[in-house]
Amino acid sequence: MNWNWDVVSDFMPYFWDGVVVTFQALAIGSLLAFTLGLVWAILQRSHRKWISWPVLSITEFIRNTPLLVQLFFLYYVVPEMGISMSALATGIVGLGLHYSTYTAEVYRAGIDGVPAGQWEAATALSLPRRRTWTSVILPQAFRRVVPALGNYVVAMLKDSPMIAVIGAFEMLGEARAFSNATFTIEAYAVVGVAFIVIAYPASLLIRALERRLVQ
Amino acid sequence: MSSDFTPSQKDAAQPESRAAGSELIRFDNVTKRFGDNVVLDDLEFSVSAGKHVTLIGPSGSGKTTILRLLMTLLTPDEGTITVDGDYLTHEERGGKLVPAGEKHVREVRKKIGMVFQQFNLFPNMKVLRNITEAPVHVLGLSKDEAEQRARELLELVGLTEHIDKYPLQLSGGQQQRVAIARALAMRPQVLLLDEVTSALDPELVAGVLDVLRDIAHSTDITMLCVTHEMGFARDISDDVLMFNEGKVIESGPPEKMFNDPEHERTREFLSAIL
Repeated sequence: MNWNWDVVSDFMPYFWDGVVVTFQALAIGSLLAFTLGLVWAILQRSHRKWISWPVLSITEFIRNTPLLVQLFFLYYVVPEMGISMSALATGIVGLGLHYSTYTAEVYRAGIDGVPAGQWEAATALSLPRRRTWTSVILPQAFRRVVPALGNYVVAMLKDSPMIAVIGAFEMLGEARAFSNATFTIEAYAVVGVAFIVIAYPASLLIRALERRLVQ
Repeated sequence: MSSDFTPSQKDAAQPESRAAGSELIRFDNVTKRFGDNVVLDDLEFSVSAGKHVTLIGPSGSGKTTILRLLMTLLTPDEGTITVDGDYLTHEERGGKLVPAGEKHVREVRKKIGMVFQQFNLFPNMKVLRNITEAPVHVLGLSKDEAEQRARELLELVGLTEHIDKYPLQLSGGQQQRVAIARALAMRPQVLLLDEVTSALDPELVAGVLDVLRDIAHSTDITMLCVTHEMGFARDISDDVLMFNEGKVIESGPPEKMFNDPEHERTREFLSAIL
């Protein structure tokens, strides 16, 4: 096997394009996953069955079908319904939506971990429902969920190459296009290294957060 | 500890005062079951405004359930509860009694405050905000008014110097005193005390009971108290209610109840715990 550093440097401009897309997908996707997941978690706890039941079944459905299928659906089927987005936007929505069903479970566990006495004290003080969530329950739940949410960011990073299948060229997509065009393999190695360079420090950061937040 | 604190006198916004001795709380035919277990059985009793009533009886006799029903942490399976003339969990609509909406419950419930066995302070808030949170967001007090009120109450419970600490930095007894201040900050007409010293180390019990004695003697707040501290019950109670199997089997002033109970079951219970 011949390793050619010239190929690596030829690939670099494309690589950086890919890195930008990967980070966009990761950042906006995480934001989407964190906020949507919280919305699901709260709606799932609604006493009104007509709210909680559909939310529960939709999140369960998304969690149990492959991300790849969801991406195809978003990219090929949804535009038929009159909503079209760029490949990148579609990929970000797909990642965010898919992972929101996991973060919803994380939030659920965090919320369940807040003692019943906290809800009772809020009731005894007549705190409005919204205020109970924002000032009593969620601040206590967040401390418990931050490390687990972090793990899903790393998982999402590792799933991000999937959005290449619908034409949003992140790091791996760029590498594949470059390698196919030049009949080389070095670009794949560069991307492999890039993933570990991003993911490993991220894991360390999450562990540090966990130590700080969960005493 | 200051003893000149009288919540209802200091508050201009207090609802019009009731004639002392009028009926404030009333249970009518209240039944509460947990599964097949009947915890309260067709219960009838009432408490007059300003009275301090202690509920005693063996565990599982339904004492705590009464407090939890009043606090709307539970709803009765049958019967009605009235607070200051308003149904607590029902409202009248078109001449019929229907389960009350959220808004109605909230209004009636504001008249009631509760102190829990496990304190249930909000660990994510400092002492001051634990006390001001509800007055600001429920009663609509300004931040300054609420803080002023909190400071007075912290002085009452002797914890002024801990105002900027988090609950978990305090001892159990101190936490419970903060919880008392938090409940009083809402200026309730009724204070429910649910075994408030049961989770405390023995040496911390006296401090909490002193604060409650102080409040009982210096305010006209109505108290409903579930406790195993019979000395305390004797000190503060106007009436003692003996519960057994979901019913009040005997009631009377503490001197009578503790010295010369009529019911055999009461005698057994008291001799077992005194």
